[in-house]
Amino acid sequence: MAAEMEIIMEKPIKEPKILGSVIDPSLKKKPKIEVTGSKVWYGDFQAIKGIDMNIKANSVTAFIGPSGCGKSTFLRLFNRMNDYVDTFKMEGKVKIDGKNIYKKKVNVEELRKEVGMVFQKPNPFPKSIFENVAYGLKIQGIKDKKFIDERVEKALRQADLWNEVKDNLKKSGLALSGGQQQRLCIARTLAVEPSIILMDEPTSALDPISTAKIEELIFELKKKYTIVIVTHNMQQASRISDFTAFFYMGELIEFDKTKTIFTNPSKKQTENYITGRFG
Amino acid sequence: MNSIRKNRIKDQIFRYWGIFCTAIGLVLLSVFIGDILIDGLRRIDWDFITSLPSRKPEKSGIYTALMGSIWILLLTTIIAFPIGVAAGIYLEEYGKKNKFSGILEINISNLAGVPSIIYGLLGLEVFVRIMNLGASVLAGSLTLSLLILPIVIVATREAIKAVPTSVIDASYALGASKWQTIWHQILPASSGGILTGVILALSRAVGETAPLIVVGALAYVPFAPESPMDEFSVLPIQIFNWISRPQHGFIENAAAAIIILLCITFIMNGIAVYFRNKWQQKWK
Repeated sequence: MAAEMEIIMEKPIKEPKILGSVIDPSLKKKPKIEVTGSKVWYGDFQAIKGIDMNIKANSVTAFIGPSGCGKSTFLRLFNRMNDYVDTFKMEGKVKIDGKNIYKKKVNVEELRKEVGMVFQKPNPFPKSIFENVAYGLKIQGIKDKKFIDERVEKALRQADLWNEVKDNLKKSGLALSGGQQQRLCIARTLAVEPSIILMDEPTSALDPISTAKIEELIFELKKKYTIVIVTHNMQQASRISDFTAFFYMGELIEFDKTKTIFTNPSKKQTENYITGRFG
Repeated sequence: MNSIRKNRIKDQIFRYWGIFCTAIGLVLLSVFIGDILIDGLRRIDWDFITSLPSRKPEKSGIYTALMGSIWILLLTTIIAFPIGVAAGIYLEEYGKKNKFSGILEINISNLAGVPSIIYGLLGLEVFVRIMNLGASVLAGSLTLSLLILPIVIVATREAIKAVPTSVIDASYALGASKWQTIWHQILPASSGGILTGVILALSRAVGETAPLIVVGALAYVPFAPESPMDEFSVLPIQIFNWISRPQHGFIENAAAAIIILLCITFIMNGIAVYFRNKWQQKWK
């Protein structure tokens, strides 16, 4: 990461700051997620320097950019996972389905049922496969066993894991392979039936075959869910996403249709990054 | 080449020094245990455990002191465990990390190092006199609870810190509240570490003498305590009392009581090790 930073330092940024340049007109109509004037600090360090962005329902939006550019921080604004950082401070609005989720009255637990998250490292609970998937339902106080059974099966099928685990649902989630664990984590998220799924580099710890499986899954899931994915893998972004946002040093440099970003980016920095000249 | 050889020699020197230092502790411990066993082992039988104290060494037993120790242990567990664990959870999960919490943290660690007799004096003033509990099992347990609270709190915090944040994040991300996350994820995952800490703290409490003497535990009690308000003695005080007697028979009794006390401590430490291993296996 240090080396990465040095290379960046050598290239001064001359281009003007563009904050959330939304080009696709469909994004302006009833966006699923609408961010305006977001600024984030960790103590004295400003991680997000004022970003506006609209994210469309039932689409896959990829966040790309070098490490430390703020893309993960920005992603975690959508389900308020930054709240646990003691020095976290935020300005601006994040609206989901038109409601600002940073209002005082907002129930964070309710929000997270609507906005699920899959993490970089597969992180199943040290419980059985069944308990892992049922966790989100049980903490909602749901006790109907039949309902839970059905939801667990449905979620595991959606995550394309059912056939591999249906005979030993009582086995520990930690006994699965890395790729299976990540699909278990996706199933766990799906069981709560959110409308948005955030994915923070979900395949960076996985082998190519497991990665391909997850990518197929994302393609399937976008029919029902709005997916936002952070990735370091350019090919992945171009393969699976409809829109791509390029972040750099806490700013949104460019945001457009994935095809445009990868074939005809309007910013030199974006081009340099996606062609591998830095980052 | 030369410097490599030099380093090798240094390495060897340190190695042997390390072996020597380790040996000091082990040799001394085995000499001590051997000595105690020679003196006390033949004195141990069922009568020794079930007899009341007496003026005659061969008729004397540890029943009252053993019962006193068990009472103290149970009450101390009941008092210190919930308070210490709750305080640890609060400090780790709810308390904001700022200057004040930093000062608090340092002071809790310092409290763990305060000489136990100071706790005895505190117990004497607060529990025995102000709260008017007298020289009772309850006053003794409260005093020992104060003594081990810092250890329990620190152990709880360490155990909670060791829970992978990825699992905690996952729980929050699924819409769990703080308490649900603590109850369903953090506590199960850290229970091994917490129990280990609590048991080690209790095994320290069971060997404490000074604070209980100050609080007013008796060297001679004719009956085992039957309620928390009864007077009591404990094993270390019984041992101390016997050792200060001139007759050889009492020295033998003391050695035998020491064996019993050591067994209690070893068993408790063994349980702690068992929990730790079981807990580590689950997380690998």
